[in-house]
Amino acid sequence: MGVMKAITGAEAAAEAMRQINPDVVVAYPITPQTPIVEQFAKFVANGVVDTEMVPVESEHSAMSATVGAEAAGARAMSATSSQGLALMWEIVAATPGLRLPVVMSLVNRTLSAPLNIHCDHSDVMGVTTLGWIQIFSENAQEVYENLPLAVRVAEDPRIQLPAMVNQDGFITSHAVEPVEIFEDDAIRRYVGVRSMERALLDLNHVETIGAMVLPDYLLEVKRAQEEAMSHVFEVYTEAGRELTAITGHAYPFFETYKTEDAEAVIVVLNSAAGTAKVAVDAMRAKGKKVGVLKPILFRPFPYAAVREALRKVPVVGVLDRSMDFGAYAPVYSEIRNVLYDVDQRPATQSYIYGLGGRDIMSTELESVFDELLGGTVDPEHQRYVGLRE
Amino acid sequence: MPTLQDIALKTDGVDARLVSGHRMCAGCGIPAVVKTVLAASDKPVIVLNATGCLEVTSAVYPFTAWNTPWMHLTFENAAAVAAGVESAYKALKRRGRVEEDINILAVGGDGGTYDIGFQALSGALERRHKFMYLAYDNEGYMNTGNQRSGATPFGASTTTVPAGTASFGKAQWRKNLVEIAAAHRIPYVGQAAVHNTLDLYKKAEKGFKADGPAVLAVLQPCTTNWAYDPALTMQYSKLAVETNFWPLYEVENGVVHINVKPAKRRPVEDFLKGQSRFKHLFKTENQHLIAEMQQMIDDEWTRLVKLEETGVQL
Repeated sequence: MGVMKAITGAEAAAEAMRQINPDVVVAYPITPQTPIVEQFAKFVANGVVDTEMVPVESEHSAMSATVGAEAAGARAMSATSSQGLALMWEIVAATPGLRLPVVMSLVNRTLSAPLNIHCDHSDVMGVTTLGWIQIFSENAQEVYENLPLAVRVAEDPRIQLPAMVNQDGFITSHAVEPVEIFEDDAIRRYVGVRSMERALLDLNHVETIGAMVLPDYLLEVKRAQEEAMSHVFEVYTEAGRELTAITGHAYPFFETYKTEDAEAVIVVLNSAAGTAKVAVDAMRAKGKKVGVLKPILFRPFPYAAVREALRKVPVVGVLDRSMDFGAYAPVYSEIRNVLYDVDQRPATQSYIYGLGGRDIMSTELESVFDELLGGTVDPEHQRYVGLRE
Repeated sequence: MPTLQDIALKTDGVDARLVSGHRMCAGCGIPAVVKTVLAASDKPVIVLNATGCLEVTSAVYPFTAWNTPWMHLTFENAAAVAAGVESAYKALKRRGRVEEDINILAVGGDGGTYDIGFQALSGALERRHKFMYLAYDNEGYMNTGNQRSGATPFGASTTTVPAGTASFGKAQWRKNLVEIAAAHRIPYVGQAAVHNTLDLYKKAEKGFKADGPAVLAVLQPCTTNWAYDPALTMQYSKLAVETNFWPLYEVENGVVHINVKPAKRRPVEDFLKGQSRFKHLFKTENQHLIAEMQQMIDDEWTRLVKLEETGVQL
């Protein structure tokens, strides 16, 4: 049993980092991530942690120094949002190829232009092809628990890949919620100490890290990276089970809410899943059988398991908080892929919602459910929730 | 102080930190620069290498010429990676997981230093990470075939600013990395050249021992893209110093000291001639550019001597 604290999602991330007490934290401020590194800086300033904190001059250097620290043998963490992720993109792309288990918070924010500091998923959806493990969090509690889980999965010898823990900018990062904080010792034992294997600072085993790899070997390197990614499901399950022993919470690849007998299901990431559950309850009170599927582990994507969960649903609406211009939206694409192998495929409809931090109301989601149940879906054309034409 | 022979013994054989088998051009001075600098460390050295000539020729999987911990990440961030390594080192030492003392060396060419890596370098110097940054300066993007950089000298023809009927090549003077680095108030900055091994070694030793960040800018003539006989690398490096084109000096805690003062300054033509990048300057219509260049070199030298004489802190 933990202690309940009223904290924001950003503070929940900082709280997890306090308990993890990483060797190195590299920070550069960007809204709405800033309160994570500010809160952590206070822990450093007050001796609550003995982490080496490096306040760098840009996000590019933030990820470069994080990667350098990890290559040296440290457990290093960082946090960013939107433009920051875009600036560090080059190094974000390089990290998985070096097999360095960096864990970073991503506080999801719209990518410019136009400039907008509020939440959508256009930042993360630009990096899902790069080889990071991607974990999404509905609320502050999940943020807090997903971070130590990410450390364990990323650093497992079978994996050695970086992981990003997503939370919605402002909606989660700045809203105060009750969060159950577990014992420091339990979390510290859970994450343990990072192995020094292959570390630059292991001077008895001199390593060359980041050699140039030409056409004769590159394919094999990338194949090995994919092999590691494929082990994430088993490691995530194992590490989740161990975390359950501390928290009592489950760590599935995705959450289903009242989907068993549902005639329509909404698939949606992060905080809007909470709103969707409220809409489900309202619909069910009116006798309408609807449910929600909330992806949590987005990379690797658990296609087979999601397929089983959606196989018998007549109609699936997928809500994306970002667009892929001229193509199906990112989450919708995954769900279409999932359903291809089902004999009697559910009908599907793509919806774009909440861009630039626009609120999504439970009543709007009820309308979406009504539309799905009404059978007027058009799988080829995405619709826009709350758009002013 | 070691003799040249002592240094030679440290930079040769299987115990050297950079060993033979790399793929650098015949006549390239980069291995000599790097071996000499690494030999000047009395502790193990972790090397963080920016993309460039040295990196692409020294670690081509599954081979490596590095007999010391080495890492390459990308082009513009060797100083930031070094900052991360140094922070990890401090943290792990504090936590009792690393015991040995080490030195940290970030190394890049002039493109990775003066241009694209400039911000990361400035940030790392300002934060006073304990590391040395080595720029081997061949005055352009030589790994990719002679493109203009912030270190390319006035008058040089490059593939991105070629000399032609309407252009004489680069119209701007080069950046002064030493003074920019010194402006960060770091304890040690040195300017050296590949031919003067003892001077380079001494500067590297001071840099490693400095109580904070250090920067070394080392001239490294490029046989391939300056297009001269590979046997003449050391000769061109020497001429750069004897013409005052590349003075050997250092800034120790802000105080300037000139290490080599040519008894008689040679004309800049002696350095320019024989290099394809300056060939066009010898055409009659371009002779005034050489005079202009000579004036700039002499003015810079006068300024440097004044800085030394007045003892004013940079």
